[in-house]
Amino acid sequence: MKQYLGPLNKENPVLVQTLGVCSALAVTAQLKPAVVMALSVTAVCAVANLVISLIRNTIPPRIRIIVQLLVVSTLVIMVDQILQAYVYEVSKMLSVFVGLIITNCIIMGRLEAFALSHKPLPSFVDGIMNGIGYGLVLVVVAFFRELLGSGTLWGHPVVPQSWYAAGYLNNGLMILPPMALILVGGLIWIVNSRKSGVNH
Amino acid sequence: MSVISHISEKIGRSFEKGRPLHCFHSLWDAVDTFLLTPAEVTKEGSHIRDAVDMKRIMITVMIALMPALLFGMWNLGYQHYLSVGMETGFWSCFWYGFLKWLPLVIVTYISGLAIEVAFAQWRGHQVAEGFFVTGFIIPLIMPPDVPLWIVAVATAFSVLFAKEVFGGTGYNFLNPALVARAFVFFAYPSVISGDSVWIAESADAVSGATPLALVMNGNMAQMPSFLDMFVGTIPGCIGETSKIAILLGAAVLLFTQVASWRIMLSVVVGGFVTGALFHTAGVCPVNGWQHLLMGGFLFGAVFMATDPVTATHTKSGKYIYGLLIGVLAIVIRVVNKGYPEGMMLAILLMNIFAPLIDYCVVKVKVKKRKLNISKHRIKL
Repeated sequence: MKQYLGPLNKENPVLVQTLGVCSALAVTAQLKPAVVMALSVTAVCAVANLVISLIRNTIPPRIRIIVQLLVVSTLVIMVDQILQAYVYEVSKMLSVFVGLIITNCIIMGRLEAFALSHKPLPSFVDGIMNGIGYGLVLVVVAFFRELLGSGTLWGHPVVPQSWYAAGYLNNGLMILPPMALILVGGLIWIVNSRKSGVNH
Repeated sequence: MSVISHISEKIGRSFEKGRPLHCFHSLWDAVDTFLLTPAEVTKEGSHIRDAVDMKRIMITVMIALMPALLFGMWNLGYQHYLSVGMETGFWSCFWYGFLKWLPLVIVTYISGLAIEVAFAQWRGHQVAEGFFVTGFIIPLIMPPDVPLWIVAVATAFSVLFAKEVFGGTGYNFLNPALVARAFVFFAYPSVISGDSVWIAESADAVSGATPLALVMNGNMAQMPSFLDMFVGTIPGCIGETSKIAILLGAAVLLFTQVASWRIMLSVVVGGFVTGALFHTAGVCPVNGWQHLLMGGFLFGAVFMATDPVTATHTKSGKYIYGLLIGVLAIVIRVVNKGYPEGMMLAILLMNIFAPLIDYCVVKVKVKKRKLNISKHRIKL
């Protein structure tokens, strides 16, 4: 049980293994696309883990990367089509980053490190947990960026008008990618100081 | 004097380990060393001691900033009364500027020192003197009417992410004062750009555009005379307008050898040459030496680029570093109309490259010497 909860805490794919940072910077300006992205990655990661785990004994080791890519890209295309069908606007916002889930190191990493050597059910759970661990970071970063950068959450204004009247301004830097990097860095800082128990 | 030290000793005891106020001991240490010479001496090993320490260097920089600050205060009031069309005397201008400057500097110090002290406490360090100069410079490079909460947020951001994250004073690779300004520039562009922010509480009808903004909009006719720009009676940040005051500060820094003349010289040369090139090519109506008088170029060259922590350390590295700052500042200024104040961005960019420049310089030197040695051996 403990190894499945790792991604949520001390083995977080983004904060500890620093994987998938690129998309974490790109899609977190608002909460909505971040949540959709998190769900997409979770789905792809879980199902890819399941499929690879099912056929793990029949894949020749020398071409395993190609087989993995094939599975992942099939899944990504399916996810992309579903997003375009049901949440077209968010899919427009995410643009190229849905397609780039293929290159997300978390997915290939879990396939190589876990699915190839474990049974289907544990692999499936592992995929979901890693997806959630990734999604958690996305949601936290997107929460602060949307709240401070646009004064909204999930598209609804939450900062009262009276604040703006009193001189409050939205922080334009939050919308720009550098601030996402700084926020992720801040989270890594918190996790690291908790993990080692040493203050640097 | 003995009374003061006696009192300080008495108070200091309640900050010792085991006492109730121990959790604030770094705050007390900071106050104590600021007011008095601490009694502790090095106990083991031999250390070369010099009269110049960080405290003295920082105070020298603050003295060098004084002319720019005093002139800036007066100019703040002068510009304000000019825009509302009132005739007033010298002291009322000065008093007005002082009242504008005071809250800025108080907010900067409270916000920055709170974080600095908290980190010193957390890590068991002493509170370093570095923030005194940073906190002194920040109000000088902000527009006079910037909201105080923005100053507080920007200062907190720069102390936290430009300094403490990397280990505190002496370990920062970016100039914290410039990071604070860049933060305001990118996060709250409406308070630091445009025509209306450079004169405190200006009348609506008066455009307070800086000379830089006038040139960028092709408005050469309204330009102040270059004598005005040299003396400093133009709208702008508190510290940057008077070139005479900045040159006085530069003289202090150079005489005391606190700042590197190599960097100052090469920044000015780089800026002048690039400005002249753009002028001859017909891209920009301003010629080389006029560029030096505009905006924060000179202030940046004297007080920002020479920051010993963030600049290069090798001699030839300093020339390269300064030259590139001058060149980049003018290139950003002329080519990118959106960022008229290129000096800030140029210095920050070169801050990032400073370690690389030093590394390359050292490598080249090492290689040369190795070559010399091998030649020598063949001769033998």
